[in-house]
Amino acid sequence: MNKQRIHTDPQYYSRMTDKFSPPSKSGKCLFRAFWVGGLICVLGQAIADVGANLLKMSTRDASTLASITLVFLTAVLTGIGVFDKIGQYAGAGSFVPITGFANAMVSPALEFRREGLVLGLGAKLFTIAGPVLVYGIGTSVLVGMIYALFGL
Amino acid sequence: MQLKRIGQQTIDLPSRPALCGNGSFVGKKEGEGPLGLRFDHVAKDELYGQESFELAERRLYLDAIDTAIKKAGLTPEEIQFLLGGDLLNQIITASFSARDLGIPFIGLYGACSTMSESLCLAGMLLDGGHAQQVVCAASSHFCTAERQYRFPLEFGSQRPPTAQWTVTGAGATVVTMEPKVQPLAHIARCCMGRVVDLGISDANNMGAAMAPAAADTLLSLFRDTGTGPEDYDRIITGDLGQVGHDLLMQLMREARVPLIDERYQDCGLMIYNREEQDVHAGGSGCGCSATVLNGFYLPKLQNGDLKRILFMSTGALMSPTSSQQGETIPGIAHAVVLESPLMGGKA
Repeated sequence: MNKQRIHTDPQYYSRMTDKFSPPSKSGKCLFRAFWVGGLICVLGQAIADVGANLLKMSTRDASTLASITLVFLTAVLTGIGVFDKIGQYAGAGSFVPITGFANAMVSPALEFRREGLVLGLGAKLFTIAGPVLVYGIGTSVLVGMIYALFGL
Repeated sequence: MQLKRIGQQTIDLPSRPALCGNGSFVGKKEGEGPLGLRFDHVAKDELYGQESFELAERRLYLDAIDTAIKKAGLTPEEIQFLLGGDLLNQIITASFSARDLGIPFIGLYGACSTMSESLCLAGMLLDGGHAQQVVCAASSHFCTAERQYRFPLEFGSQRPPTAQWTVTGAGATVVTMEPKVQPLAHIARCCMGRVVDLGISDANNMGAAMAPAAADTLLSLFRDTGTGPEDYDRIITGDLGQVGHDLLMQLMREARVPLIDERYQDCGLMIYNREEQDVHAGGSGCGCSATVLNGFYLPKLQNGDLKRILFMSTGALMSPTSSQQGETIPGIAHAVVLESPLMGGKA
């Protein structure tokens, strides 16, 4: 009873923590992400086909129609408190398509509205989507410059 | 002057201050959990009739304090200190409530360890003769904590299995030297914990970050007082959740002071139906141990179902900034030994 101390070696404790922390069930998560993500893509394709075939749009306009519709649907589902439940179920399945981007914009807008239109909504709107935009646009500028310089 | 310290960290309170009024106000989800009927009040929704979640948390906090003071047969004017804290930046729930109450205020930040931290300090204030009656309170709210520490509520992200769910709720306890009503319990001893950090940096695994601090405080208290797990009817941790619970058991086994399985309970594992309510590793937040102590354990001490318990809230002392800068998470745990008024005699 005299050696009443805990192990204080972080590496030892880290191994112990790994042992006691249940891992994400990757099989289940992959399956859910796959079917939800796939379904969203099928829906997008269907909207584009409707645009192209029924509304006689150009291919470019039809795919824009698909994006706009999915963004709109996500915004509505986020607003009525359904999308976060889909996200909890599907993970990357609902996050990777354009629906994830729409949700990342609408959810802070709702959340920080209470702090006012300028310092709340205005300042916090890009808290989640911001990094994606900064590095996405940054990368495209860089690639564009390379393209212009070397005229590939 | 005679020192009341025993050993390294523990303080004996020979005058045994009495816990005399308890208030526990919780949110809807907590009300739907296994302890739902034990609480004084269950809010119908997360806004609790207020305009913002922050105001809702403050309302829960004030209502819990009011109830505790009333049950103790006192009025706010008779209370000499409010010892309280919460999880929000600059502990605004506690300090803005103190503004409304007009009671001299000692603001505390111990993350989720605030309830036992405030009880330790209350015990010392009273035993030292610096006050006759004080009120201790702690709260948390899922929606306010979520927006401060993680993501907006409607953001569709996935929680890992080690994540915990912040309890919406506030608990308050009146501690007094001159009970006007039958006491719920007496504070016998307290042990202020050290900050312990064994290098966990995953904010989604706070149970693992806090378990070493819990073990450290337990071992100190046992060493200082010459007691062991068998001397307590229950050893109760605040919000270690499943992962922290298992890690604490293992740490104590390795330190050769194994906890007794059926006598060790974690408030974070009691407040929800973990599977049905989808809370992963369990509940967390100041409100978790505060509501479970006030709603569930204090009545059990009062009627003698439990004779002596060791109540220890556990806190993870990180901030969003420290996490983003890659710092590890320091943990803390403060313990109080509570005894039933029916126990008679002194420990």
